[in-house]
Amino acid sequence: MTTRAVGIQAIGIGKSFGHFEALRDISLDIAPGEFLTLLGPSGSGKTTFLMLLAGFQAASTGRLLSDGIDITNSRAEDRSFGMVFQGYALFPHKSVAQNIAFPLQVRGVGREEIARRVDAIIARVGLVGHEKKRPAMLSGGQQQRVALARALVFEPPVLLLDEPFSALDKHLRGRMQEEVARLHGEFGTTFVFVTHDQSEALSLSSRIAIFNNGRLLQAGAPRDIYERPQSRFVAEFLGEINLLPVAEVGHCSLGTSGLFEGMRLRAPRHEHVGGRAMLAVRPEHMSVSAEPPSEGNGVAARLANTTYLGAAMRLAFATRSGTPLTVTLPSEVAGRVLARGPDVWVTWSFDNGFLLPEQS
Amino acid sequence: MMMRNRSALWPALALTAPLVLFLACAYALPFLGVALWSVTLPELGTGQYQRLVGDPLVLSVFLRTFRICLVVTVVAVAAAYAITYVWVRGSRLQRRILEICIFVPFWISLLTRAFGWLALLSNRGLFNSWMQALGLIDSPLALVRNEPSVIAGMVHVLIPFAVLPLASAMRAVDERVLLAARGMGASRLRIFWSVFLPLTLPGVIGATLIVFVFSLGFFVTPAILGGGRSIMVAELVYLRMFQSPDWGLGAAISVALVLIVAALMALLSRFAALALTGSGK
Repeated sequence: MTTRAVGIQAIGIGKSFGHFEALRDISLDIAPGEFLTLLGPSGSGKTTFLMLLAGFQAASTGRLLSDGIDITNSRAEDRSFGMVFQGYALFPHKSVAQNIAFPLQVRGVGREEIARRVDAIIARVGLVGHEKKRPAMLSGGQQQRVALARALVFEPPVLLLDEPFSALDKHLRGRMQEEVARLHGEFGTTFVFVTHDQSEALSLSSRIAIFNNGRLLQAGAPRDIYERPQSRFVAEFLGEINLLPVAEVGHCSLGTSGLFEGMRLRAPRHEHVGGRAMLAVRPEHMSVSAEPPSEGNGVAARLANTTYLGAAMRLAFATRSGTPLTVTLPSEVAGRVLARGPDVWVTWSFDNGFLLPEQS
Repeated sequence: MMMRNRSALWPALALTAPLVLFLACAYALPFLGVALWSVTLPELGTGQYQRLVGDPLVLSVFLRTFRICLVVTVVAVAAAYAITYVWVRGSRLQRRILEICIFVPFWISLLTRAFGWLALLSNRGLFNSWMQALGLIDSPLALVRNEPSVIAGMVHVLIPFAVLPLASAMRAVDERVLLAARGMGASRLRIFWSVFLPLTLPGVIGATLIVFVFSLGFFVTPAILGGGRSIMVAELVYLRMFQSPDWGLGAAISVALVLIVAALMALLSRFAALALTGSGK
């Protein structure tokens, strides 16, 4: 079964509720067949944007195109995008099979064809034997599968998922994530997925769009956005990060450098020069040594605290000026580091740091 | 719910005891007295019950009562469904207006409302005199002292009782379930028939039960608006007890009415339980 996936183009979308601006000037291209995640804290506008895509809410400003056709004012029932709701929104009075058959009945598909397609998708999502049960008799994971089957059975060009895993426990969540990734591969439909869980976003998506305060801050592939965030918010939202305030930012032979505690720390080239900036480095990109590094960046620091995380250890340091630094190391390596005493050098290579504007 | 231990049982009993005592004194004992009359007056035996099933007048009153109550229930529940839909899902202004329309009459005495209908619909009432003044009719229309006026009056009284169970059923419907149906391409009509109505069916059953049971025992409204022509069971009991010294038959009719209501409640509550657990279909 393959579906014709469509691309969606949002151009300057805004949405106000009274005086409250839930979305401001969102422009985003969603490519056909991609797995796009809308990521942000609660109240960031990501769910509002999904509701606009579904057609449940109308945009206050801007336009929405589906494969170049203007759908800004078309109704949800005419767009016919598949949707998986938070809490699944299954029909409690219908059986599993009746739930999945509903969108086909609405489309006037013949009785035999409905039975065939419902049976096929029930087999694909692993619900064989549960056809006659009501949703209340199913586990959370099974309800989730019904919701997915019901949203995919009519082969929608786009599938929208609103925090579908928020009600599942961690173990089940992992399995359902794999399941969704597999279904995306098999159906080839464009998936637009909303979550506030950054690790879920990083592992599932082909692209992530980060929302905050009704604005789209950055969109890109998980690796790009994790390793090259353009703002402090994005950098911090995607995971723990060290921020070193640097002064006298200027270009050098290897890229851009800034002054921190009397030393020049280097980073890849950055256009904001002159004045102050933040040098950002992920904790897992740093290491610890007894000597200042011969090449790469290094900062003298004193160990303040350690946290055992199982496979890894989290070491908290403070620099001479009191700037906190966090380093995560494999537990085995961390053990050796701790044996050397508290005063060490925290080091990282030039490529692993990046400069951020001081206020962002 | 099961009591976990004995220590929790006594406070619970103490708290419910006044109600149980009150019901025993105010309802159970007098009813047993009435039941006793039905088999002892004027002499010991089931003679009054034989009269009850054999008397065409009594049977016709029972039949009329059922007919009126059935129509009243259907009209009141249907009207209440529409009203409640707007009340629960309408705009703020619509909600305020409906609250006034539903609850202000609810606080006014039955008697006042029955006379209100009389003032509106009688031969020299508002409606007939205005229509005559406008020259639309020559002689007054017979709008009261008939079944339709009894039905109108009863529906008016009973709608609020249907609104409350319907409202709680409609409020319990998950908005996202309706959105999901829309997203799958279903029209408004389709969503109503295949999603909203089935989901609110327990409320409809509850409202039907309440309205029908209440309507069976109506006395004041049919007595005033029926004007002695459309006599219902409760009025017949009154006539047997107070207008003719036929206490035995009156008591037998009362007992029969209570038994019918009890049987209906048992039947409908079982049906409602089935609809609620979803194992019925």
